[in-house]
Amino acid sequence: MHPAYSVIYFTVASGAGYGLLFLLGLQAAFDLLPVNPWSAPASGLFALALVTTGLLSSTLHLGHKLRAWRAVTQWRSSWLSREGVLALIGLPVAVAFLYGMAFQNDAGWWRALGLAVAMLSALTVHATAMIYASLKPIRHWNNPLTVPGYLLLALASGGVADLAMDAAFGSITLASGLLGLALLAAGIAVKRGYWRSVDAGEAASSPESATGLGAIGKVRLLERPHTEENYLLKEMGYQVARRHATRLRLVAQVLGFLVPALALALALLLGGGGLSALALFLALAAMLAGLLVERWLFFAEAKHTVMLYYGAGRV
Amino acid sequence: MTSLPEQPAQRRLGLVIDLDTCVGCHACATSCKEWNMGGVAAPLTDLDPYGAKPDGVWFNRVHGFEAGEGGAGRTVHFPRSCLHCENAACVTVCPTGASYKRAEDGIVLVNEDLCIGCKLCSWACPYGAREFDEAEGVMKKCTLCVDRIYNETLAEADRKPACVMACPTGARHFGDLADEGSEVSRLVAARGGFDLMPELDYRPTNKYLPPRMNASPAAVPPAAAGEAIRPESKFLQWVDRLFSR
Repeated sequence: MHPAYSVIYFTVASGAGYGLLFLLGLQAAFDLLPVNPWSAPASGLFALALVTTGLLSSTLHLGHKLRAWRAVTQWRSSWLSREGVLALIGLPVAVAFLYGMAFQNDAGWWRALGLAVAMLSALTVHATAMIYASLKPIRHWNNPLTVPGYLLLALASGGVADLAMDAAFGSITLASGLLGLALLAAGIAVKRGYWRSVDAGEAASSPESATGLGAIGKVRLLERPHTEENYLLKEMGYQVARRHATRLRLVAQVLGFLVPALALALALLLGGGGLSALALFLALAAMLAGLLVERWLFFAEAKHTVMLYYGAGRV
Repeated sequence: MTSLPEQPAQRRLGLVIDLDTCVGCHACATSCKEWNMGGVAAPLTDLDPYGAKPDGVWFNRVHGFEAGEGGAGRTVHFPRSCLHCENAACVTVCPTGASYKRAEDGIVLVNEDLCIGCKLCSWACPYGAREFDEAEGVMKKCTLCVDRIYNETLAEADRKPACVMACPTGARHFGDLADEGSEVSRLVAARGGFDLMPELDYRPTNKYLPPRMNASPAAVPPAAAGEAIRPESKFLQWVDRLFSR
């Protein structure tokens, strides 16, 4: 599948933003926020920036951007519509939550709102993942590990962002650092499991089932309907060389998980202060870069059944 | 509304395509393009039409396949267009309500005024039936010539999809596949009409009829010893009779 940069940025940035909001919401609800009263609101603003730039970016690939509002109407059947609805409900709730956290520290209402923020954030990322996971023609997406992958990578990148902000405003606790490491480990585990699963998997469809000519024998393309590219070939026919895919998977794992884990361990050893914060912001930058590669691969490696009509022996 | 109709349609209009008689002439594809350039889905934009890399929106594409090996193998011309599925995921994934399946006859259409061009429907279609119009910024697809088949300004015989009208070998049939007595339903029953990618459970309305199998050499009864082999042309048959007297 053609990797649209706007959608890649959207899923990575809003994923990290929602992961961070989820963690902040839970910390508020259970009274676990950092001591510095400005730490959590600053994290929240950072999360909102990630989410909103992501959401805006997601509209860039549309043919009619000004009609984007219509996308909230079909939540009964469409995961894309559900994602839009959840995102639009979530934004004002998150803003109110941040306002309470920053300016009404004594009041308790925003702590309860934290639970709603956490829930809406998780549901939004889940809806994003379901857009892909529900598409039967693309077996690389229609995979049981697609949704856990999106959720865990959002949570892990949000966790690293949270630690970086905490370190910038004070220090990180051993428990939060260990949780961050655990999320990174879970993230790489689910991603490696996903790659193993799609590499070993077989599509239910074949050139024989796509044409119904399997009774005669093996089916192969003799001639395409057209000599030049068309929309289908440009959108669904994207192919990444196997050699590059292997290397890029390595890059995604090193940048997305290994470097952040090492930087996080270093920050824990340093305990706090400027160097610790610097290490964690480097960890966040590496992680987001790694996840951009990972997300690019998620699109570029996915194969669509329509290519069976254009000479693919398998998809 | 992009939820599918709750009741199965009373009528399920669709095409039955005979892979035995299709000769791959592309007349269905070009006549489709011609009619729909001026139809409800118009224009079907062409990009760089006279340049080095022409590209454009078509609702019907004719592929060529080889199936099987050697003498038992076949070359099959294979027109591919929207199958107007019962389980049309292209409809349910649409976030805006632009994609819909008509309750009255099962035709799947796009309301271009609501389409935001997110392309998700084209991802959801396993058959590649939907093509994005870059110039218009909306998704386009086969309308089953909804502006022909109900068009009272056309003579009744012409109220068929343009592809069916154009086919010089009569390989394309149009009708109601919900009606068991219809010509298309009887064709499907008689010839073993099949669905494409049945494993995905999209339940296409359109059916394909398989190529008739070549009689394998062993299946041809060998001529009995001493029996005259019947010449094929009428003239030679007459000569044969003359000399057999």
